[in-house]
Amino acid sequence: MTEGSSAEAELSVRVSSIRITDVTQDGDVLTFAIASQKLNSSAGVCVFRTYEDFDWLQQSLFSQENLPGLHGIIFPPLPSKALPSQSNTQTKALKQLGFLALGQAWQSYSKALEFYLQQVATHPTLCKCNALDSFLINSESPGRQRGRKGIFNRLSQAVEEMRKESHKDVDNFFQNERIKNTNLAALSKVATEKLLDVVMTEQKLALACGHFSTSLHLCVNQDDAAAVAFSKVCLKLSDIIEAVKRNFEKAGSSNLSTLGLGLDLESRYQEAEKEMLFRRTCKLIELETVKKSTEKAKANKREVMEAFQKAVEKEFSLISSVAKQEIERFHSSRVNVLKNFLIGWCEQQLNTAKEFAELYSQHLEACRNMYTE
Amino acid sequence: MAEEREPPPLPGVPEPQDAEDLFVSAASAMEDAERSLSPEDISSSSNGPKAEPMLLDHDPDDLFAEATEEVSLDSPERQMILSDGPSPAITPVTINPRADVFDRSPDQDEDEEENRDTFDIQISVSDPEKVGDGMNAYMAYKVTTKTSLSIFSRDEVCVKRRFSDFLGLHSKLASKYMHIGYIVPPAPEKSIVGQRLGRRSSAVTELDPDAKACLCCRYLLRTVKQPALLKDPDVLQFLESSELPRAVSTQALSGAGILRMVNKAADAVNKMTIKMNESDAWFEEKQQQFENLDVQLRKLHASVESLVFHRKELSVNTASFAKSAAMLGNSEDHTALSRALSQLAEVEEKIDQLHQDQACADFYLISELLGDYVRLITAVKGVFDQRMKTWAKCQDAQVMLQRKREAEAKLQHANKPDKLQQAKDEIREWEGKVQQGERDFEQISKNIRREVGRFEKDRVKDFRVVIIKYLESLVHTQQQLIKYWEAFLPEAKAIA
Repeated sequence: MTEGSSAEAELSVRVSSIRITDVTQDGDVLTFAIASQKLNSSAGVCVFRTYEDFDWLQQSLFSQENLPGLHGIIFPPLPSKALPSQSNTQTKALKQLGFLALGQAWQSYSKALEFYLQQVATHPTLCKCNALDSFLINSESPGRQRGRKGIFNRLSQAVEEMRKESHKDVDNFFQNERIKNTNLAALSKVATEKLLDVVMTEQKLALACGHFSTSLHLCVNQDDAAAVAFSKVCLKLSDIIEAVKRNFEKAGSSNLSTLGLGLDLESRYQEAEKEMLFRRTCKLIELETVKKSTEKAKANKREVMEAFQKAVEKEFSLISSVAKQEIERFHSSRVNVLKNFLIGWCEQQLNTAKEFAELYSQHLEACRNMYTE
Repeated sequence: MAEEREPPPLPGVPEPQDAEDLFVSAASAMEDAERSLSPEDISSSSNGPKAEPMLLDHDPDDLFAEATEEVSLDSPERQMILSDGPSPAITPVTINPRADVFDRSPDQDEDEEENRDTFDIQISVSDPEKVGDGMNAYMAYKVTTKTSLSIFSRDEVCVKRRFSDFLGLHSKLASKYMHIGYIVPPAPEKSIVGQRLGRRSSAVTELDPDAKACLCCRYLLRTVKQPALLKDPDVLQFLESSELPRAVSTQALSGAGILRMVNKAADAVNKMTIKMNESDAWFEEKQQQFENLDVQLRKLHASVESLVFHRKELSVNTASFAKSAAMLGNSEDHTALSRALSQLAEVEEKIDQLHQDQACADFYLISELLGDYVRLITAVKGVFDQRMKTWAKCQDAQVMLQRKREAEAKLQHANKPDKLQQAKDEIREWEGKVQQGERDFEQISKNIRREVGRFEKDRVKDFRVVIIKYLESLVHTQQQLIKYWEAFLPEAKAIA
């Protein structure tokens, strides 16, 4: 398979059918089963991929050649690599992956990877990349071949980068967008962390309820009539606390699988936009530097410099126009994504509340009847 | 040989009469008092010599009003955590931590030994307010009693009491009733020596006024539930009279306080040296049961404390999340999304309030109930100890009697007529004491049996009441949540 090919290729599977159906763990390695449906037939495809394969895909997307304005694309963010080894404690995992570390059997993590694939497949430009097709349908994994690592490394925090980041823009639209993006990226990160704290506390509460319920269960004593009566009361309370525990588990899991994932995705996408804007800003700085050099250039070098400047100008304007489109697309899609997550969250919480209101009422009714005889 | 132990007199409590006079006067009073024999109460395996069991319906007030016994204060070791540094102060909001929670509705079932009329009394302790200032400032509570019982002079009485008044009442009641086997409800605590979760050091936490008021209220309710205590003039005076003599013996560092500590220490030593021949299996079983119950309750209490702690933590985190969501909403350009996020923040704030209320319910209902029972078990164990002491006293009296008889026999041979008379008098005196001791022992055993039966019944009732209240709070919380989510859903759907 050729990587980085710029041939106009169509994705051969139905985009809406891409799913991660299973994840298995073997020691340190997670393997994901990815299923999709072929466009032309009703046949389904299932392939097995590891994180390295996802990374390969991402690198392939970064390093596509001859794609004008590639730097202006907001690349769908790939979650960090999960390290499932035993030595990795939960606190480490939480620091690294946040919400994606929670949930049973890597469910949240798989969901996030699934989102990633769907976003790549729905991107008007990226979906045409050959790498995506091979990733989805080739039974053999793309292997450990490292694509050329593009120039798109994660934003480093070097002081110089910071200086570049705050470089004033020539275009109002972009200046505003950068400010808003910086703001939103920070706020959504904080909100995600705070919600994570809530979910962790809900887990602790479920655990505490479990302990309490078990302790109550151990108070059973059949010695005499009085002890039996008391034991019954303790068992009743034990049942109630057990219900409270399940309540917390459900509420916590809803928080996690809807709003938690949603905020996590939003936060990572804001970072992806940030990276794109930074690339553009770097190009801007490059252009301005070249302009200055050209002005200062001596007559014999001037022509070369001017040609070079023109090339950079062209790159810059391509990036800017692609970026503008991307930004608009991003704005509308993120609203939709958040909307769906919020609705899902509200509906799940509402269902949980209704379910447990019913359960507690039943207990209450039973107790009232029992105790007033 | 062990002397007859008489604790040193406590200041503020009337001078004890000489112990021997006490028994003499008691003996004569008993001859006049009604005598009744109820077969089921005669334990076939009573301790001590088989004297004719004489069981009397005595009125404790007449016989023992002047007796002094040490006042047992409850041990200060607790595992209660009430407030933790970082979390905000939780004020009881919707749950009323007052009499409503522990309203004693008319008692329906009958105790075979007590013919109770409908038990109709409501007590509430409220409105803590600071009186005075500086070093002499204290908190005063309003104690309201509503009742239709005839022993009260009015239907509704309202008095002001300070915390030391409660301690004083307990002190009086304990001195009157504990040594005859009544389970006197333990005094409310001023502050708790608690263990902070996760840290091994213990800290003394002062209770907040509302929690204290609640504690005092439950204390009073438990006290009046005891028919004997309800009729006690000290209790009536406490509830009704507008002025109450200041209870001085309750101050922690006063002479009385130190004497109490000394007595407690002496007690602990004595407990170790008394080896009682328990011939009544019932007592042995019950004591074991209470030991087990003590351990279980303490564990439960610690569990609930953990629950309360985490719920408060959840409340803090929810509030924090609400703030961050609000900020996100403010920065959002898209109008509908911005509004939805702001609504989200509001919902989360309301949920935070629900968490706080639920934490209150956890605390005031379950945690305090368990705490109360842990303390009550201590009082129950105390009563069992009193019985042991009574037995020991009886044994000592028998030993003394034996000695006196031996002395008399010796004197007979030595032929000293004047001393002989004295010896005979002493023998008679000690015979009386032995009889009294045996009667005391029978009485206390009988009382304890009855008290334990009552305690066990009340225990089941108390827990049932709490379970129902707790369920009500849970149902209420869920219904509120349903309201909030139903209000939010259209907002979320309206995001274009």
